[in-house]
Amino acid sequence: MSTASTDTAMISTVSRARKPGLVSRYAADMAFMAFVALLMAFLYVPIWVLIIFSFNDSRTLTWPLSGFTLDWYGTLFSNQDLLAAIGNSFYVATSATILTLIVGIPAAMAINKFQFPGKALFRRLILLPITLPGIVTGISMLNMFRLFGFNLSLETVILGHATALLSVVVTQVYSRLQRLPRSLDEASADLGAKGWQTFLYVTLPNLKTAIIGAALLSFVLSFDEIPVTFFLTGRENTLPMYIYSTMRRGVTPEINAVGTLIVLASLVLIVISVIMSREANRSRQSL
Amino acid sequence: MAAFSTRRLSSYMVLGIPIAWIIIFMLVPYGVLLTYSFWVKKYPLFVPAFQFGNYITVFTDPQYLRVLLRTLKISALVSLASLLLAYPFAYFLVFRLKNQSLRVWLYMAVIAPLWVSYLLRAYTWKSILGTQGVLNSFLMSTGITTEPSTIFLYNQSAMVVTLTYIFIPFMVMPIYAALEKIPNNLSEASADLGMGPIRTFLRITLPLSLPGIVAGFTLTFCLSFGDFIAPFLVGGPDGLLVANVIVSQFGAALNWPLGSALSVVMLFIVLAIITASDRLERFGQQGH
Repeated sequence: MSTASTDTAMISTVSRARKPGLVSRYAADMAFMAFVALLMAFLYVPIWVLIIFSFNDSRTLTWPLSGFTLDWYGTLFSNQDLLAAIGNSFYVATSATILTLIVGIPAAMAINKFQFPGKALFRRLILLPITLPGIVTGISMLNMFRLFGFNLSLETVILGHATALLSVVVTQVYSRLQRLPRSLDEASADLGAKGWQTFLYVTLPNLKTAIIGAALLSFVLSFDEIPVTFFLTGRENTLPMYIYSTMRRGVTPEINAVGTLIVLASLVLIVISVIMSREANRSRQSL
Repeated sequence: MAAFSTRRLSSYMVLGIPIAWIIIFMLVPYGVLLTYSFWVKKYPLFVPAFQFGNYITVFTDPQYLRVLLRTLKISALVSLASLLLAYPFAYFLVFRLKNQSLRVWLYMAVIAPLWVSYLLRAYTWKSILGTQGVLNSFLMSTGITTEPSTIFLYNQSAMVVTLTYIFIPFMVMPIYAALEKIPNNLSEASADLGMGPIRTFLRITLPLSLPGIVAGFTLTFCLSFGDFIAPFLVGGPDGLLVANVIVSQFGAALNWPLGSALSVVMLFIVLAIITASDRLERFGQQGH
């Protein structure tokens, strides 16, 4: 009974699969393509709106465009608060990235290599900030700094960022470590290398692109960070905090101009990271 | 023997730095947060105590309860919208698109906005949806509407659109990874056995991609659950989320103990979601 029914089902699908199947498959592909085009529009029209209105010579962001101007960019470079904020952001992002690498690389190695009591908790805590909203990290650290009498400054922001970004470095480095053949370490040890020598001359060069990728991503995320910074900064502002405080007063083309420059910088970083990951793939293939 | 002890020493160092960091900058702060949540607000600031008043306020005062429920609703809608956009996209890329380099480009195109400032991505929606904004003036200049409409900005749908826009890459990445892992010959075998494309999808592809859906849902849900920037920019008065209330407790309202209690509640909700999604993924793996 059951075999008979599957047989007929099979025959019917086989016969159906000839011509109408091709047509319906084509129609489905067209529908998918239209969907993807709409999704791309959803993702990129807002970014183009941001860019286009930075060149529009009207104070309000209204359609139709009134004329071309570079004035909004001109006012940026004479804005001392903004320039100071950019400087602060570079300081914070660079320091936080270095710190998070110093803590994150050993953490990834520990998760990859060692068995120790509490490892599951260790791993869970390190990866928590991926899903944990920044506001919780920010507030819990704010509470601690206040309780122990530390003043808030750019340095407290750096500590907050390094903690929040640890998960980024650990996941990137750990996934590379997992793909490295363990025989490399063993070969190095067989040849008489000490543990630190193996790390320095075998493990680290293999991790190079993963580390640079993680560093780039951490830098970008720290440069852009608000929720942690919001609670941990003292008098000084980082760039996103400065932009955020300007936004409270409303929508202005100056913000679009800063935004366009930031989009441009992100684009450069994306290109760099794509080139890096291509090189990584190539070197892995040659291995 | 000597080699053994230096190896131990280096392994202590490898472990020591991250463990010390986690204790000082995660466990201690969470402990302090928990401690503060039991304190009492007392003019001008707050005093140590051990009582559950703040938690009782959070769960009984309708003002806070309403915000909490609204936040859960918005986060669920954001996750759902992201899923409905991300799944067909990832499916098309993995199973339908034959052109390898186009696939890489499209995938990159969805992930790339993650590198573009989060704040700007929220801001641009504010500039689009506002009363004086791009959408309104566009509609008026084309003659579709005659006067600016206020329905676009400062409401919950503006928030869902903006948050979906911001967090959709977090849904695409895990679903794409899950779909990519499904061997092609499974769907071929299913077709050979006479299953139509829809049944193949429902019986084979969808269940196998479930871990990706769960991971994406967890990420987008938790991230929008704790957001306070987008609600502030596009949410309006009835669009404030839990994180906005927490911000105000640490700002104008100056009630750190209550703000801490709300943060603890948020922390536990996130932990519960992560645990549940871990279980679900493990359950899914056992099922196969």
